[in-house]
Amino acid sequence: MENSHSAKRLLKVQVNSRWREDAVAENLLLVDYLRDVARLTGTKTGCDGGECGACTVLVDGQAVPACITLAVRCEGRAVETIEGLVAQGRPNRLQRAFHEKLGTQCGFCTPGMIMAAEALLRRNPKPNDHDIRVALSGNLCRCTGYVKIIESVRSAAEMAS
Amino acid sequence: MKGAPSGNGGTARAGVPLIDGIDKVTGRARYTADLEHADALVGRIFRSPVSHGEIIRLDVSKARALPGVVAVVTGDDCPHTYGVLPVAMNEYPLARERVRYRGEPVAAVAAIDAETAEHALKLIEFEVRELPAYYTSEEARTPGATLLHDNKPGNLEREVHNEFGDVRQEFAAADLVREATFRCAEVNHAQIEPHAALADYDPLTGRLTFQSVSQVIYYLHLMLARCLEMDASRIRVVKPFVGGGFGARVEVLNFEIVTALLARSAGGKVLMQLTREETFLTHRARPQTDIRLKLGMRRDGRITACECEVVQRGGAYAGYGIVTILYAGSLLQGIYDIPAIKYDGYRVYANLPPCGAMRGHGSVDSRHAFECLLDRMARELKLDPFAVRRANLLRAPTRTLNDLMVNSYGLGECLEKVERASRWTERIGKLPPGKGLGMACSHYVSGAAKPIHWTGEPHAVVNLRIDFDGGVTALTGAADIGQGSSTMVAIAVAETLGISLERVRVVAADSAITPKDNGAYSSRITFMVGNAAIDAARSLKALLTAAAARKLEASPEDIECVGEVFQVGGGGQSNLSFGEVVKAALAERGPITVSGTFTCPPEAQGGKQRGGAVGSTMGFSYAAQVVEVTVDEATGAISVDKVWAALDCGHAINPLAVEGQIEGSVWMGMGQALTEETRYAEGLPVHASLLEYRVPTIAESPPIDVQIVESHDPYGPFGAKEASEGALAGFPPALINAVANAIGIDMSELPATADRVMEALVERRRRKRLGDARREAS
Repeated sequence: MENSHSAKRLLKVQVNSRWREDAVAENLLLVDYLRDVARLTGTKTGCDGGECGACTVLVDGQAVPACITLAVRCEGRAVETIEGLVAQGRPNRLQRAFHEKLGTQCGFCTPGMIMAAEALLRRNPKPNDHDIRVALSGNLCRCTGYVKIIESVRSAAEMAS
Repeated sequence: MKGAPSGNGGTARAGVPLIDGIDKVTGRARYTADLEHADALVGRIFRSPVSHGEIIRLDVSKARALPGVVAVVTGDDCPHTYGVLPVAMNEYPLARERVRYRGEPVAAVAAIDAETAEHALKLIEFEVRELPAYYTSEEARTPGATLLHDNKPGNLEREVHNEFGDVRQEFAAADLVREATFRCAEVNHAQIEPHAALADYDPLTGRLTFQSVSQVIYYLHLMLARCLEMDASRIRVVKPFVGGGFGARVEVLNFEIVTALLARSAGGKVLMQLTREETFLTHRARPQTDIRLKLGMRRDGRITACECEVVQRGGAYAGYGIVTILYAGSLLQGIYDIPAIKYDGYRVYANLPPCGAMRGHGSVDSRHAFECLLDRMARELKLDPFAVRRANLLRAPTRTLNDLMVNSYGLGECLEKVERASRWTERIGKLPPGKGLGMACSHYVSGAAKPIHWTGEPHAVVNLRIDFDGGVTALTGAADIGQGSSTMVAIAVAETLGISLERVRVVAADSAITPKDNGAYSSRITFMVGNAAIDAARSLKALLTAAAARKLEASPEDIECVGEVFQVGGGGQSNLSFGEVVKAALAERGPITVSGTFTCPPEAQGGKQRGGAVGSTMGFSYAAQVVEVTVDEATGAISVDKVWAALDCGHAINPLAVEGQIEGSVWMGMGQALTEETRYAEGLPVHASLLEYRVPTIAESPPIDVQIVESHDPYGPFGAKEASEGALAGFPPALINAVANAIGIDMSELPATADRVMEALVERRRRKRLGDARREAS
């Protein structure tokens, strides 16, 4: 939540390919900036800070937990959220794979899981199961036992991007 | 209309993705905290800093006077108790006179922003006279202990004692009698979505709209009306997307009623988002459990008798406790043929957050003890673990000693499947040092055959609407919490009608629109709501078929609908599209709404003994699993290399979702077996984050080989039974049995953390050294 009493400054940041300028408190967390200011609620808060990975977004292509990142640290940088992976209404390959292979059940960890997997596929287009396990080890899921999450990432990697 | 639904009509047998899956993977799905709340006040709860005490003074005047604070509520604002069981409501949404656990809600504020709300909490003045507090069942049961509830002597919420068959005689008939004790830690659901609620009260109309993370919006609706003294017709409860339940959200939770109280007091909208720590505090999960189990066995592996004592540390309030302690005894039955069973259960109050229902409600810890002791005795009698289970199989249909119906029974086939898939026979006893194989069985109900709130109504109702657009809308109160219940309803309707899944829309869990449902608990939805959906679809199909018959000038019996085309049986020249038939049907009566129902008959509702309804169901699921482990003798760490699980779900309506449920439940059992444990220091939770409460990460989670067994239940929808809970209880004992196979040590405490395994290894080395020294000396 935004702290109304702390000093504000102007933040210029690219969110899902669009530049935005907002006056934000210096202590505003990136997850709250995305959810409350940019109104992109796909990014979730699942814990009290850095425990679960549900808030994972990409900052300049790197997966980061938005709940322990200050919004102002993203000045001039490119932030990507789960909403940004959809192009012309078409979900990207990871989103399709998580849907088709049931990599999502309740869906709450899913945006963070997919963003972490997206970062993996960008730097390693053909990951093996071990690579997938390492890349997603900061993202907790309580529904799937991870079996179908691994299948989903594997399947997405096999799809032409 | 010809024949019954085949169960494989419009659906590929591989299964289908969830109908709301696209919303989840694109971030469009709105969970409670995502709902529009720009104009909402922020709610925060003031919690008791002590474990047990009489409230001497609660002064909220300074908090109320803080600029930006719009409402403050305390126990004075709600003189009504709430609870899931009508017979055991002994909890106030905000404490009155007394607090019974550290973190119990005492007061709450609604303010213009989070900072103001948190500041206001600091201005609340609270004085208590502390009372003795108890954190274990043993302490709470000590003679002379201060009572948490004056009407509950001995701090016992409920004692259960029953005996079926001649236990003495059957123990006498055994060749081997063994007794053992087991201790299972309290565990938590740890669903990834923290608790949240959004309440919107309109003082002009006196109406409340309430959205929350509930699994059962009907109970929530009832309790909101009770606690706020509102006419239930002025309340609307809507379930947005819910980020997991596992039982955490079956009971109405204190923060939900508190949020509604704040909204009414503020005359507006309040969003309450609990932290992860508070979500852990709002506990309602599987209690810490002590079990003393005695089994009698013949040389051939036949079980003759079972005597089981269970003590559950239930926490400070009743919650679901009575049902949990009854389940722990009643579900000793229904899986094997046992001639005599004695059960003694004790549900104990302690000064900790109240426990409740968690996946496998009540059955998991007793099943753990049973399957572990069964294995130890098999070893003594030099019998294979599979052979021992096979020696005790039931034959369906049958009724258990405690009068539970067993209508279909695929456990034998589950055993065969996992035995073969794991190559058990070739591999057991031949694994390298430190590696082991273990197995166990489990089962669970497909919905409680007797509802908690006995109203005389059907146990499930589904309405179907069809209008000029030709879309079929299914209205169900059933809460989809990620398990895929809305998808199941859509499939049941589409298959019965012979139409494509895309034509069906499901609207779920909105009290203004959908018929009341008893909700997502005890794995009831597929069985009960599935049957109601089929019933509704058959009624709609009869209307459509009659209209088609008139158009085609044929008899309705000769009309069939395949792939959305109505035709006279066997093909023929004339046929009608679905749209044409809908038009014809609507021409006669306008838009159509039909209702389908399902009710468990009285003979399915369990025995006449006190509490005999608990455990009753029309269909048990059955599961067997094999777990392969590696135990590191240098560190005590157990790694699970692979799991093979088979579950008899009667019929897989959506095989993809069934697989997902089996994987998820087996894995949740793994967490309980290996690492998950809540811990309290003088009532202070020291586990209340996802770093301290260790659920397995993807890095340590094994591949799970899943096999679906279809025993075709005579009463299930298309023959289906539950698939979400039954496999959980088998994992912990299969793991402990595998550890015994690997290192020759029988662990008796869950979770089997590296520390505990190490302790056991050190103890064994110490004893061996002592033994060696003695031999040398003599």
